[in-house]
Amino acid sequence: MTPAMLDTLLAAGHAGKPIALLTQLDSGAQCWVDAAAVDGDFVPAPALAEQARALLNAERSECVGAGTDRVFVQALVPPPKLLLIGAVHIAQPLAQMATLAGYAVTLIDPRTAFAESQRFDSFQVLTQWPDAALATLRGDARTALVTLTHDPKLDDPALDWALRSDSFYIGALGSRKTHATRRQRLAARGFTPEQLARIQGPVGLSIGALTPAEIAVSILAQLIQRRRSGAV
Amino acid sequence: MEMLQLAAQWNAAGRRVALATVVATWGSSPRPAGSQLIADESGRFAGSVSGGCIEAEVIRACSATLASGTPQLLEFGVANEQAWALGLSCGGTVQVFVEALATRAEMHG
Repeated sequence: MTPAMLDTLLAAGHAGKPIALLTQLDSGAQCWVDAAAVDGDFVPAPALAEQARALLNAERSECVGAGTDRVFVQALVPPPKLLLIGAVHIAQPLAQMATLAGYAVTLIDPRTAFAESQRFDSFQVLTQWPDAALATLRGDARTALVTLTHDPKLDDPALDWALRSDSFYIGALGSRKTHATRRQRLAARGFTPEQLARIQGPVGLSIGALTPAEIAVSILAQLIQRRRSGAV
Repeated sequence: MEMLQLAAQWNAAGRRVALATVVATWGSSPRPAGSQLIADESGRFAGSVSGGCIEAEVIRACSATLASGTPQLLEFGVANEQAWALGLSCGGTVQVFVEALATRAEMHG
């Protein structure tokens, strides 16, 4: 791999842009393909470039072609996003574990005493109200959101935003009773039972979790299950 | 992307780096296509291309590629006696592409 190729791939990663690296396994020649352009040691045939873009969209890395034309397409995609509403105790292990699992974590909490505590030094923290903070973000099929505050003033606007987005996972911390009243409040905002069924509440897999770290495991496990197997 | 970032850091620190990437798997295999390992000339490495079964051989191949500059396509599987000796016992087959990360001096020298 040339230094120029490495620079291009890292720049795309830094900018959060998906990019595919194509390697001719016979010669080692390489080129990159993104949504709009191609460049490198060789120019891929239009059909190959289209295959590469399809694999990039599917976030899949695999070989295409055969013999001396065999090319490995490596899909390099930005990490999925996890938005946590509430810089509370559970957010600390959850943010750490999710980072280890490859998620880009953002914490949102306007209560600066929580948000600015040292325990979140290594994470992106937005200290606006959730509706203001989320208005600047896009919830796509690679975004997950979990509310952790138990406070309707903070949780409800975030769930409202998530339900109107393509987010693949929406979770809300709280008991069955808390969730039932939450559903009533969100129904009053106009959401249907089908839409509200997207919210995992009580959040997380039922593993008898008690401590903040154990609850973080149960939430992250459910999130991974949703992303990798599509089932909850 | 994580291994590429680390490779760039090693390179910037003056270490020559080889990159090994899983490009195909058949049957059971511990790490999917796209999984990467990097190794330097002294055999220090990061990342993984299996559950630890073939890493030693892949790191040796990385050293050879750093010495020769020639990329290699390695295959490990149950049909391969060497792989059995290395303990790839999961029954799968895996292909690993090994390449050197060229330094700027090499490109212009």
